[in-house]
Amino acid sequence: IVERHLPSKMATAAEEEANRPFAGLSDVSISEDIPVEGDISVPVGPSARRDDEFSTLDEPVKETVLRDLRAVGKKFVHVLYPKRSTALLRDWDLWGPLLLCVTLALLLQGGAADSDYQGGPQFAEVFVIVWFGSIIITINSKLLGGTISFFQSLCVLGYCILPLTVAMAVCRIVLVAGSGSVSFAVRLVVVTASFGWSTFASTAFLADSQPANRKALVVYPVFLFYFVIGWMVLTFSPSQ
Amino acid sequence: MASTNDPFQFQEFEEAGNLLEANRNATTISIEDDDIIPEKQRQAAGFSPDDEDALASDDKTELLSGLKKSVPFWTFEYYQRLFDVETHHVKERIIGSVLPWPGKNFIHVYLRKTPDLYGPFWICTTLVFAIAISGNISNFLVHLGKPNYKYTPEFQKVTIAATAIFSYAWLVPLALWGFLLWRNNKIINLVSYSFMEIVCVYGYSLAIYIPAVVLWILPYEWLRWCTIVVALCLSGSVLVMTFWPAVREDHPKVIIAIMSAIVVLNVLLAVGCKTYFFSKPQALPADKSAAIEVTKAPSTT
Repeated sequence: IVERHLPSKMATAAEEEANRPFAGLSDVSISEDIPVEGDISVPVGPSARRDDEFSTLDEPVKETVLRDLRAVGKKFVHVLYPKRSTALLRDWDLWGPLLLCVTLALLLQGGAADSDYQGGPQFAEVFVIVWFGSIIITINSKLLGGTISFFQSLCVLGYCILPLTVAMAVCRIVLVAGSGSVSFAVRLVVVTASFGWSTFASTAFLADSQPANRKALVVYPVFLFYFVIGWMVLTFSPSQ
Repeated sequence: MASTNDPFQFQEFEEAGNLLEANRNATTISIEDDDIIPEKQRQAAGFSPDDEDALASDDKTELLSGLKKSVPFWTFEYYQRLFDVETHHVKERIIGSVLPWPGKNFIHVYLRKTPDLYGPFWICTTLVFAIAISGNISNFLVHLGKPNYKYTPEFQKVTIAATAIFSYAWLVPLALWGFLLWRNNKIINLVSYSFMEIVCVYGYSLAIYIPAVVLWILPYEWLRWCTIVVALCLSGSVLVMTFWPAVREDHPKVIIAIMSAIVVLNVLLAVGCKTYFFSKPQALPADKSAAIEVTKAPSTT
């Protein structure tokens, strides 16, 4: 007799279960009849200590700034001694390019732009040329099928402006001494050397990411980019 | 039945597959690309300046180009296709634009249905900076040795040069393409060019001006005019020979109008650049101030 009752009870229970979710929805409240049981536990132990190591929220500000500066400085060294390493590509950052761009734009000020004549590039023009030039070259290399990522390429192109920024500083020092043809010859040599260095350094990083039959197509825009920046550095003439 | 509305019962997801069918144009990597690459290699390998071969492989490319799926222009893949060139392709196209050969249509011989944007864009950019830099150097050389002259880099001229060159390289092909499209509705032409092909021809036709502009650094008027005439002849003939098949079945007045418009715009660009960026050896602000001093001195005495 019990067995005959069970199916009907199960049927009613099933109907109740079928109806219960609808009842819960119509109430728009969590029904206390549905038991929720479980065990939520956070493993305490060495993993918590690892979290503390990676959490940089509590460290002093000096530590944060110095860490980024050390990363930027390490990349500067990689640019100055370019060998085929992936350090620039692996941990890319855009602090270095920004620093170099601002320094270069500031050093290019104080030219004959203050007078009525058409002078050198304005601060904003240097920024536009450097950043839009880098972006266009990156898009070009990606369209040609490069395997390098967008920001890695921006990072490399920005960091390789370092030789030209150094040349700009040297040029300003030479111009303090005098602005005759001797100083022009010295400046020409310095700028040409640093332009060649920049192009060589950036192709050492970028050329590997392109197939062999398109390397020249990628290198030429980089050459043009550093040539234009070198031209801006060379033609800087101070106001007297 | 209650079972169909039961959310805990497993449902067949047939509609999702149909939804994916509707979105086939979304950017995805498809295996079809492997079929296109050997076709391109076949095109590159089959390249020869011989006209008969050109016609034969033109037939092949006509048949094979139907296999390429058309990609909408807002996807990255569309532009990647426009940069699908190799170094030797670009070199051959530049040489073909600089040395026009009668009978060799640039689009048919060199482009062969694969126009690229790499050449036009970087040739225009190089030309912009070449004009600005050469103009600056030539001004410096002209005024060298004069005491009143103060060298300025004249960097603002780069923007002006960029506007002029890029509007020539993009707006004129747009106008020409629109005009040819309009004429195609009236007169059935066997030859029709796509917008990208016209932009490509115009971009590569500017390549001859880069060495010409560098030669303009030397401040000799006769040299400048010689180089302008040579450059105009070469680039003008490339353009005229390219567009001749597209308009030759048209009304003679229309043919003359289009051809002269192409040539005149080319001349305007060249002469305008020369006049604006490269000053003549006589016109100087320093000379003018010296002249004013000279005229003032007798008036005071």
